[in-house]
Amino acid sequence: MTASVSSSARPGTSQHEAPPSAAPSPKGKRAQRKLGRVPLRHRLRRDWVLLALCLPGVAYFGAFFYLPLLGNLIAFHDYQPFLGFKHSPYVGLQNFSALVEQPEFWTAVYNTLEITALQLLLYFPAPIALALLLNSLVGQTLRRFVQTVVYLPHFLSWVVVVAMFKQVLGGTGTVSSFLNDHGVGVGNIMTNPDTFKLLVTSQMIWKDCGWGAIIFLAAMASIDTAQYESAAMDGAGPWRRMWHVTLPGIRPVIIMLLMLRLGDILNVGFEQMLLQREAVGAEASEVLDTYVYFHGVVDGDWGMSTAAGLMKGVIGLVLILAANKLAHRFGEQGAYK
Amino acid sequence: MERPSCYGQGAKAVVLVLIVVAVGYPFLLALGTSLAGQEKLDANGGYVLIPEHPTFEAYDVLLQGGVVTRAAMVSVVVTGVGTVLSVLCTIALAYGLSRPGMVGGKPILLLVLGTFLFTPGIIPTYLVVQEFGMLDSYASLVLPVLLNVFNVIVVRAFFQGIPTELYEAARLDGAGELTILCRIVLLLSKAVIAVVGLFYGVSYWNSFFNALLFLNDSGKYPLQVVLRSYVVQGESINANAMGVNQLPPSISLQMAALILALIPILCVYPFLQKYFAKGVLTGVIKG
Repeated sequence: MTASVSSSARPGTSQHEAPPSAAPSPKGKRAQRKLGRVPLRHRLRRDWVLLALCLPGVAYFGAFFYLPLLGNLIAFHDYQPFLGFKHSPYVGLQNFSALVEQPEFWTAVYNTLEITALQLLLYFPAPIALALLLNSLVGQTLRRFVQTVVYLPHFLSWVVVVAMFKQVLGGTGTVSSFLNDHGVGVGNIMTNPDTFKLLVTSQMIWKDCGWGAIIFLAAMASIDTAQYESAAMDGAGPWRRMWHVTLPGIRPVIIMLLMLRLGDILNVGFEQMLLQREAVGAEASEVLDTYVYFHGVVDGDWGMSTAAGLMKGVIGLVLILAANKLAHRFGEQGAYK
Repeated sequence: MERPSCYGQGAKAVVLVLIVVAVGYPFLLALGTSLAGQEKLDANGGYVLIPEHPTFEAYDVLLQGGVVTRAAMVSVVVTGVGTVLSVLCTIALAYGLSRPGMVGGKPILLLVLGTFLFTPGIIPTYLVVQEFGMLDSYASLVLPVLLNVFNVIVVRAFFQGIPTELYEAARLDGAGELTILCRIVLLLSKAVIAVVGLFYGVSYWNSFFNALLFLNDSGKYPLQVVLRSYVVQGESINANAMGVNQLPPSISLQMAALILALIPILCVYPFLQKYFAKGVLTGVIKG
């Protein structure tokens, strides 16, 4: 999304230092290109301040992104902390084959996919519905008040969100006590493994539905009002205007976000699972990320859990690229060009 | 337009009230419970929405020193230092990348954008932090999450939107890159930098897993981790850890701790909302 800007803007800047015009050279194209540019040495001297400014950022991405990326190689080693990376024996794909024989791993895969499916079904449409509702409000004050309320939970930590849910839906929570006292036996919703995935999805909706609606609201605001007027002239009621004007108007945004979501399909709320694991047990709450954490950092099975993480990362990468291809196929602008 | 039907209006009103209650109720419940005394809690069987005789006892105890006070201090310092460092590095990198024609600008940009595609994973990150000798240090709460690619891109896009005439005029007047950055660019981009700073601040304040992963010494735990053991896991708060003889009801203490963790968020929220409503984010997503 940005590459085009930097390449097109390039010639303009060095103008004041570039030689006025390169004399025609007998040595051909290559030499001509060389002459047309300021030598590297000069450019370095010119840009050293900018490079120095970039240095901390580049060092950060090198140290905490690309170095760990390389560190994924321990997925192919029998990593022993006291031996270090260099001396741990190379074992090829052994970690991967051991991994796929673990039933716990498949539980994690299954839970991850189930939660993702629930999210696509319930959590993805929720912000669209909320945005449609907010968009239909005429009074600006009311609308702003509701927005202020629903955006807030996005800024809370998962610890706070889970604690909030516990005081309402936990064993002694107000709503679950009320329901239990009035003959609807819900028990302790926070520790029930059967409904845990729905609980997790509802927590995500509570936290991020409002935040997710912002982008849809922005898209709705950019729809030409003349379309609504002519639809109304043709006798379309509010529902039909929503169906035939608003929804088609935000279709590109819906598709783009759906594609982004597809690329993110294996990330299903790591902190959320970690926080509630004790309450509902590993069987219901183990997802790929928690599997990697508990088998790796906690139990010390470094190689195998890195293999699990690497598999997740590679599948995620493939999904991102595929989703982007798919978005282009739909005729929409992908997230990455 | 025709007049909306009254059924439609009624249904809309009901849904709106439900939404506002679903979001607002837990906040008020936590606040009420944190201020309630023992009798009121017993009478209500657990939680209290409206305490008739509010008492700040629970807050007094929590802030008298002891575990929660120390954790809150850790969180405040980590958030403060982290935010400043993150904002400075973000500005520097974004400015470098926003200047066209810089040597190596393209590879650096690709390096930065490449981080969108892949996540390195928990274990390699842990091992790198260990390798740098940062386990069990406060640095491990800041450095591994120093920059957020998205924020860098937002700030860079904003810098690129500043008219080139301003840069050229400044350069004609003999200003170097640093002078241009400090005297012109930063003055023009106060709003976007404020937003990015607030986002960094919120994420430092809320961060929980990094502390759990990198810290062994529970004395260094930030507020979110302490909150987790007391409120989510229901570990009982003992009087010794708080440095007092007698404790207020433990549920009030838990909720008071929850509210303490919320206060900074509530304080910055109006500013955040003011800016992101203006489309700082959506503008970038569209671009």
